[in-house]
Amino acid sequence: MSFLLEADDLVRIYSGRSGLFGKAQPVRAVDGVSLRLAQGETLGIVGESGSGKSTLGRMLLGVDPAQGGSVCFDGQPMPATGSADWRGLRARMQMVHQDPLAALDRRLTIATQIREPLDIHKIGTEDTRAARVQDLMEAVGLRPDQADRYPHELSGGQRQRVVIARALASDPDMLVCDEPVSALDVSIQAQVVNLLRTLQQQTGLGMVFISHDLKVVRNLCDRVAVMYLGRIVEEGPSEELFANPRHPYTQALVSSVPEPGKRLDGRVILQGEPPNPAKRPSGCAFHPRCHMASDICRGVIPELHATGEGRTAACHLVTDATATQVA
Amino acid sequence: MTLATAPETAAASRPAALLRRFRTIPGAVFFGMAWLALMVLIAIFADVLRPYDITRMDLMARLSPPGTSGHWLGTDELGRDVLSRLIQSVRVSLVIAFGATIISAVFGTTLGFLAAQFRGAVEHFVVMLADFQAALPFLIMSLAVLAFFGSSMMLLVGLMGFYGWERYARIARGLAISAGAQGYAAAVVQLGATPRRVYLKHILPNVASTLIVSMTLTFPEIILMESGLSFLGLGVQPPDTSLGNMVGFGREYLTTAPWIMLAPAAVIMLTTLSISLVGDWLRDKLDPTIR
Repeated sequence: MSFLLEADDLVRIYSGRSGLFGKAQPVRAVDGVSLRLAQGETLGIVGESGSGKSTLGRMLLGVDPAQGGSVCFDGQPMPATGSADWRGLRARMQMVHQDPLAALDRRLTIATQIREPLDIHKIGTEDTRAARVQDLMEAVGLRPDQADRYPHELSGGQRQRVVIARALASDPDMLVCDEPVSALDVSIQAQVVNLLRTLQQQTGLGMVFISHDLKVVRNLCDRVAVMYLGRIVEEGPSEELFANPRHPYTQALVSSVPEPGKRLDGRVILQGEPPNPAKRPSGCAFHPRCHMASDICRGVIPELHATGEGRTAACHLVTDATATQVA
Repeated sequence: MTLATAPETAAASRPAALLRRFRTIPGAVFFGMAWLALMVLIAIFADVLRPYDITRMDLMARLSPPGTSGHWLGTDELGRDVLSRLIQSVRVSLVIAFGATIISAVFGTTLGFLAAQFRGAVEHFVVMLADFQAALPFLIMSLAVLAFFGSSMMLLVGLMGFYGWERYARIARGLAISAGAQGYAAAVVQLGATPRRVYLKHILPNVASTLIVSMTLTFPEIILMESGLSFLGLGVQPPDTSLGNMVGFGREYLTTAPWIMLAPAAVIMLTTLSISLVGDWLRDKLDPTIR
């Protein structure tokens, strides 16, 4: 089976500096991440802030060049960032940003902005572009009379629809959504998530959905990868992963989602500091907060290994398909 | 915007909306525009409007006060008509000031954008050049250049064009970098746009308001700088004349014949004031978020 997007062993290191004359400290934002995305599949990436989700998203698009590892799109290696080939490839891979107001040019009408990818990639003629913009606006649920509005005249949800319409204008094969709903009201979130699902089913594009909102990810994604401090700690089909999390971190995440009509009894509450990527713990990065950590966890970094049912986990305690029901 | 006008606005075509936006003009801005239009018309039709040739001397009527028939703004120490010389000065000074402002804005903005785009060595070089320009007394450099090459209109405009470019370069660089960090520029790059498109179609319109304000500051400074150079005898060469030139030569007669100096001084003051008023207003009007 050939994949739309194959990422192998991606590494991205930022150098963080503390103080004016402080020593530059390498921060491993993304540390050896491998991912596969099939055509028409939705892959969720979850994790707390600072876990490298957004950096990973930008690396998958080639916006941030990988410092190690490789990204292959449709079997071809990713061209150098900013090159003409790279720009041409933008027609096939697009991004939906977290903050739609920041992602839109406040001096251009939304019709102009939705049209922009068509102008950039010279898709169609004048007339077909105008028609395409109308179709797109209709598809994302914007009224035709809003075409001449400016971004600041729209509501948050409408702006995000504009960003989505713009991302879909060139009919891409892949869409990376970087926290597309976290800046929106809960009521609008549902609309936008449903819109993304409908559009994805209609167009059959592959989607990488980055979010810290587990409800949304569970709702939308076929497969989910859980990130902790720049590494994937567990990956698997969405339903099974949420129903039966194996990695202790995933267990804690899943148990933190409140469910109506259910007491929060079995909640795993994480202890200790939130992770600091500049001070990576030895061994398993999660061990200081893990209630099951043993000596091996402090010394040896666990590799991602198959645990059956198409799932993988990076934990010493999760051994094989018949993984022990920890916790 | 009220609900009632919303559909109407949306239905109206963009030029019509633009026209409506320009319809309500405050009085001061209207005055500024009228004055600038007058100045431009005078500059264009200077040859037709001049009652006398600028070098024509009327030695019988030297230093006549304003209101003398035939010389409405009086005459100078050689009996030359002040009005005629003023009209010619407006032309010369406007050409220098507009030309130089545009040169410095284009040059500075281009360098600033290049620095923001390429960063690294290019940025260091541009910033170093800007620091160099800021540290160098411009008047001294102008003196050297003009003394060495002799004064000509082209050289003067070109030289003045290098006045103040470092401000545009700094502003443009800073704004372009922050635009990239803010998102809209990064988003357009992500759409596959060439750097040219990103800078000309997105960043430039967004930073234009700041640059326009900066231009309204540079414009009067260039007029004054040219005045200074003319006064030192290195700017516009007599018998040709400019506003600064007139002020400079009129200074000697400040107590006995103040009109020689006051007329061009008033024109400088009103023109720079008009530019500031119109520039400020234009900046607000071109911003769709302030309506």
